Amino acid sequence: MEALRARRLSKRYGDTWALRDCTLNIPPGRVAALVGPNGAGKTTLLHLAVGLIAPTAGDVEVFGWSPRRQPTVVLARVGFLAQDRPLYRFTVEEMLALGRRLNPRWDDALARRRLSAVGVPLHRRTDKLSGGQQSQVALALALAKRPELLLLDEPAASLDPLARREFMEGLMEAVAEGGLTVVFSSHVLADLERVCDYLVILSAAHVQLAGDTDEMVARHKLLTGPRCDGESVGKVHSVVQALHTDRQTTLLVRTNGHIYDPSWTVSDVLLEDVVLAYLRAPGVHALPEPQVVSDSEWIP
Amino acid sequence: MDIAQVPQTIIFYLEPRSGVAPYMQLVRQVQHALRLGMLRPGDQLPTVREVVSHLAINPNTVLKAYRELERAGLVASRPGQGTFVLRALAGPTAADQTALGAKLDSWLDEAHGAGMDSQAIEAFIAVCLRSHSREEIA
Repeated sequence: MEALRARRLSKRYGDTWALRDCTLNIPPGRVAALVGPNGAGKTTLLHLAVGLIAPTAGDVEVFGWSPRRQPTVVLARVGFLAQDRPLYRFTVEEMLALGRRLNPRWDDALARRRLSAVGVPLHRRTDKLSGGQQSQVALALALAKRPELLLLDEPAASLDPLARREFMEGLMEAVAEGGLTVVFSSHVLADLERVCDYLVILSAAHVQLAGDTDEMVARHKLLTGPRCDGESVGKVHSVVQALHTDRQTTLLVRTNGHIYDPSWTVSDVLLEDVVLAYLRAPGVHALPEPQVVSDSEWIP
Repeated sequence: MDIAQVPQTIIFYLEPRSGVAPYMQLVRQVQHALRLGMLRPGDQLPTVREVVSHLAINPNTVLKAYRELERAGLVASRPGQGTFVLRALAGPTAADQTALGAKLDSWLDEAHGAGMDSQAIEAFIAVCLRSHSREEIA
């Protein structure tokens, strides 16, 4: 059972598509990152997954359940951290009491353990805490629900590097405890490789690429060689990005096996380079994904 | 969290821009420590949680590294206890090193004779190594 499954999921606001034909399969236990520029549809996808908005077309399932048709089942299993971290003017202690009342599976000890580990004072009003502490409170509250799927919208966007690191540590420790799938959206590409093992690249409302990060990195190569149009490479492999000087051609390709042509120097690429290449070429979304989802699989 | 209280056998680090997948970096650090004798049979590797809280790294990455080491027969995981080193990794013997060194020396003479400088030789060896390891995989 996939943690998050979308089939041709689409959302339109007026005459603008915020998300279009998004097909995804995020397996359980993964830490998946949604990356893409502003307005690519990341927040829309998360809001659809948690049932805050209804799709215009297609559907989305969380562990096989529909967030709109079976909201109580889904909401009991899902934790969601919105971008703006609404914490209200309560003390941390009051927030815990609220969580206890609203959630049948509430784990108060877990929340307190996490908060004391990062040194958040429980008597302090949440709007008086530092940004880093606020995000730790939001994370502790979300985890105390004992979710099976945790969705985070730009969780560390406004944090300084140390607070960001501490937040990610807390998140990764929660994953290490087991039974948790994480999907988070992010602008920050630098430490993606460290924290995620599944990546979804969204661009202009479309999924460009989705799959296991190690596999993604292994399949993409940088080819440098004497100037050419890259056509012969393109017959076997998929050229994501081509750069030419008068004498030299540099191609970032998604390989389908060996590069036999000895005129190319083949180098490995960083995950960040792969992501950037796709984001620079939003038209390349027609590429088959590393984990190809065939249409037939979706026919009930 | 006090690192000093836990008997640490190895402390992992990550080079974010090395181009080597994080799980492979962990695998190589263990292999390296085994070759140098810093890790010995019976030693316990850090638990997944220790590595995660030290590096803020995805636990699946650590598990993948440990599985890889297990597949290579270097470590074994004991459920509920942790992951332990099974055997050391020997480098080449002194005799082997001498023999290999002599062959490489005469090869280097040939390469210089063919007009290759050190940089050209390094690039050539990198290409050969890569295609060689590909053949091994295939």
